[in-house]
Amino acid sequence: MASVPYPLDKGRGAAAKRAYSWTRFAHEWVLTVDHKQLGLMYIIIALLFFVASGLQAAVIRAQLMYPDNHLVSPQAFNRMFTMHGTTMVFFVGMPFIAGLANYLIPLMIGARDMAFPRLNALGFWLTLFGGILLYSSYFAWAGMAGQGSAPDVGWFAYAPLTEKAFSPGTSTDFWILSIIMSSTGSTITAINVLATALCLRTEGMTLARMPLFVWMFCVVAFQILVALPPLTAAQVMLLLDRFLGAHFFDTRASGDAVLWQHFFWLFGHPEVYILMIPGFASVTEIIPVFSRKPIFGRAAMIGASVSIGLISLGVWAHHMYTVGLPSKANIFFAVSTMLVGVPTGIKIFNWTATMWGGRIRFQTPMLFCIAFLFQFLIAGLTGIMLAVAPFDWQLGDSYFVVAHFHYTLIGGLLCTLFAAVYYWFPKATGKMLSERLGKWHFWLLMIGFHVTFDPLHFAGLLGMPRRIYTYPPGRGWEGFNYFASWGVVIQAAGIAFFVWNVVDSLWRGRKAGNDPWDAWTLEWSTTSPPPEYNFAVAPIVRSSRPLWDLKHPEDPDWKYEQS
Amino acid sequence: MSTAAALPLSTAQSEVQNLDRGKVGFVCLILTEVALFSIFVTAYLFFMGKSQTGPYPADVLTVPVWGTICLLSSSLTAELAVRSLRANAKARFQLWLGVTVLLGAEFLRQTAIEWHKLIRVDGLTISTNVFGTTYYSLVGLHASHVVIGLTLLLLVFALGLSGASLHRHERRVELLSWYWHFVDAVWVVVFTVVYIIGR
Repeated sequence: MASVPYPLDKGRGAAAKRAYSWTRFAHEWVLTVDHKQLGLMYIIIALLFFVASGLQAAVIRAQLMYPDNHLVSPQAFNRMFTMHGTTMVFFVGMPFIAGLANYLIPLMIGARDMAFPRLNALGFWLTLFGGILLYSSYFAWAGMAGQGSAPDVGWFAYAPLTEKAFSPGTSTDFWILSIIMSSTGSTITAINVLATALCLRTEGMTLARMPLFVWMFCVVAFQILVALPPLTAAQVMLLLDRFLGAHFFDTRASGDAVLWQHFFWLFGHPEVYILMIPGFASVTEIIPVFSRKPIFGRAAMIGASVSIGLISLGVWAHHMYTVGLPSKANIFFAVSTMLVGVPTGIKIFNWTATMWGGRIRFQTPMLFCIAFLFQFLIAGLTGIMLAVAPFDWQLGDSYFVVAHFHYTLIGGLLCTLFAAVYYWFPKATGKMLSERLGKWHFWLLMIGFHVTFDPLHFAGLLGMPRRIYTYPPGRGWEGFNYFASWGVVIQAAGIAFFVWNVVDSLWRGRKAGNDPWDAWTLEWSTTSPPPEYNFAVAPIVRSSRPLWDLKHPEDPDWKYEQS
Repeated sequence: MSTAAALPLSTAQSEVQNLDRGKVGFVCLILTEVALFSIFVTAYLFFMGKSQTGPYPADVLTVPVWGTICLLSSSLTAELAVRSLRANAKARFQLWLGVTVLLGAEFLRQTAIEWHKLIRVDGLTISTNVFGTTYYSLVGLHASHVVIGLTLLLLVFALGLSGASLHRHERRVELLSWYWHFVDAVWVVVFTVVYIIGR
């Protein structure tokens, strides 16, 4: 890309100074193709769905607080956990990572937008309307054989429960169509990420110098392209079953219910990493800045990300041990699952080694990163336990599994996403988030998280099954469930502090300036918030830490980096 | 003005970005399409020979030689069209593009005849047995891709007839030809699975 100055007078930056009206405001938000605005819109809808889905989780925990409880009906309970899982994965996790990718990748590689801006807007609106479609199921055909209302088949929607004979009405169709819509949006994002990262890097930014954040998002984009189609294909088959009388998953006519599980988890397990690697990506940018050291083992980090991306495509059946697989399959999937532990271990080692000997600043983004390291390690260890087929036969479909994956997704992913929000909020808004409120948010969320999910491991070990509506007293589960439910209250208080923090900081937060953290990647070289064209002059890069070179001309990185 | 403007201007280590974003995006699209088709192919192979009742593939399927010849040769004519466009030979481009459209349409006509026979004469529908289920979904998925490709080719053909200067859009026409080659390549797989292995 040539260093041509952006024609400043013709940009919308000048137009924005004109008279402000709410119609113009709405018009701009609906028609925008700007990657930063779309990125923020993705993150805003992710947070809105997060609140909706969090309330569902609160209802689930309230129902399970006491034995023999009947706070909600069993039907409503099934809808709660189905909508909670579906929303969190497809309408919180996916939009959030799409938002991070959209906002940050062009800024980090010195580009002015994503490769396909209009396609990008299409992806956002598909995702949003997918979510609206899912939630509109609550209002649809409520009288239809008691099967109107929201989907109630679990977020994995196992066949043959989803067949027309067992799920009449429209709820399952809402589930299928809304997810196909949002998956199309995610596929568009993935295509955009790869085309942007491969084609729009600024002069001098070789792949070797590209920020690790962008590298990891390339791996994620590849996984989305390869792993989402199995879900889409299986959902199309299910639609054919339900509407045209096909027999893919219809066990009465040689169809195969287990085939659904294979296709679903062929998507479902890579999906775990599609959600998790963006978390890794954020942590990889934040830990070095707050340890005042470059990342340890840069090349190993890239290698580990790529190998996680590839290995995760071959581990899906560890979700299916309890189905009864041939023992050779059990061994294969147990070994391949444990293999993922190797590159993940490399990453945890590298993050720790980056902190080692650094001058660590314990500000809120870093606190979330450190909590992530501890909690994700524990989640990984219970993951290795569950990878062992005989152990899984005992504890599959128990609350041990629930506790395990909530440790990865809250203790791991959510922490990294909050770290990312605290780290990049100043860039996006020009205002700092309050450290004082941030620490309240952090500690309340962490204490609440542990009060909720630590006991659930033990409830699972004592045999409490997943998706159970209620349970009789006297099995030793009461105490664990009681504490877990109170933990939700503490977590909610933490989230309330976060909302307060965002509102308060937007209103009267401290001005951030271009580079509040003294960081090293290109997004901190432009103003906060960045102008629509990002960089007036396309920057030229000579090392993986271009801003370090700029700030330390006496000791630049490019003197030491190879290639 | 951003501070990055002050970054050192290096002439020695600049990298030329010669990747075309359209092509990269298109390869990504093909990758995800390949993944989609492989699931349907897997389902076809998985359910092969599992139908409890007839009709069975060996009884009702005949190898669609003519349709296959048409579709595969249309890839050749599409490539000739792109080359003509590159050489700015407009009439030749319209001719080869028209032949491509006709060959693609003939393939679809053959599929329609085959489906009509299967439904009317042999009584095989998508709900008859798992053979019907997997056959119609796999061949139908491919046929729907042919329809999309054909629509786009027709659009380009019409634009050319209306006198639009397609030379400027050579890159886009080339990407469309890639899509058409992809549809052809998928047919080779579908043909092998359905009419050779599955029969």
